[in-house]
Amino acid sequence: MANTYVAIATVTVGSGGAAEIEFTSIPQTYTDLVIVYSARDNQSGSTGNDNGIKFNGSSSNFSGRRLLGSGSSVSSDTVAPYAGSSTSEGVTASTFCNNTIYIPNYTGSTNKSYSVDSVTENNATIAYQILYAGLWSQTAAITSVTIVRPSTFNFVQHSTATLYGIKNS
Amino acid sequence: MPATYEPIATTTLGSTTASVTFSSISGAYTDLVLVCGSLAYVTGDDDAFVRFNSDTGTNYSWTQLNGTGSTTTSNRGTSTSGIRSINGMSTTDKGTAIINIQNYANTTTYKTTVSRHSTSFAGAFVGVWRNTAAITSVTVINLGAGGFASNSTFTLYGVKAA
Repeated sequence: MANTYVAIATVTVGSGGAAEIEFTSIPQTYTDLVIVYSARDNQSGSTGNDNGIKFNGSSSNFSGRRLLGSGSSVSSDTVAPYAGSSTSEGVTASTFCNNTIYIPNYTGSTNKSYSVDSVTENNATIAYQILYAGLWSQTAAITSVTIVRPSTFNFVQHSTATLYGIKNS
Repeated sequence: MPATYEPIATTTLGSTTASVTFSSISGAYTDLVLVCGSLAYVTGDDDAFVRFNSDTGTNYSWTQLNGTGSTTTSNRGTSTSGIRSINGMSTTDKGTAIINIQNYANTTTYKTTVSRHSTSFAGAFVGVWRNTAAITSVTVINLGAGGFASNSTFTLYGVKAA
């Protein structure tokens, strides 16, 4: 049986930090894409930040709805484009946010829906569990995905992301 | 390396369809994952339910958590005719749902599911089917008048623990 859940590429941020984590020239031979990544940024005093996303270099035509559980309350908001979260320098050292982005039918000719699961766990009173429903209202096949840093802050060393391709046959 | 995430079957709707069934599912896997993409409905009902082994009895229950972008809701259904697993589907934009069915082949325990949907809502469902039979078929059904829209895709994967 062929392997159908294939690691396409992995990016690990080096000591200098990085503004973006980018996967380009994505093969068009899979059915779905999954990005699993852990991230931390270098904003001092902050507990965490939202990361943006670009498909094919574009951050336009995105919309989405987010569901957040903080450990004591539940809320929902609209933020777009959103690709998950990163912990910041204001919380427990060496703790990174974990995120999973699922993009089905990325080569199709319909608008691209995607989902994000994110956890911002740290040793503090509040830590978030997040579900996100995202939509890129463009019909182009996705050939590149970029996870964008929060504001002007960089992803720190050891942030890492892996792009997987899934085939349905 | 052995494959541990294998496609079992896939279908892309060529026309409006009320339900999609994957049958004769092998018991060779540990878990099942149903991935629904380009998901939309035509008219009448933005929900979808999952049923097992063609059981249309009131043997299911579920709990829902949703975010609309401004408000949150949680609902509960008991003794229903399926596990509510997707809601907030649109007739225009295309949604996504991932439904996990754990330990589906055992004949000892009731079967549980976890689903997440990315539609006009961000949300999740957990559900149970009160039956100890091994799951050999999975049906995802839209109970509205229109059914799932053309181009909606459904792929069932089998996941092996080893």
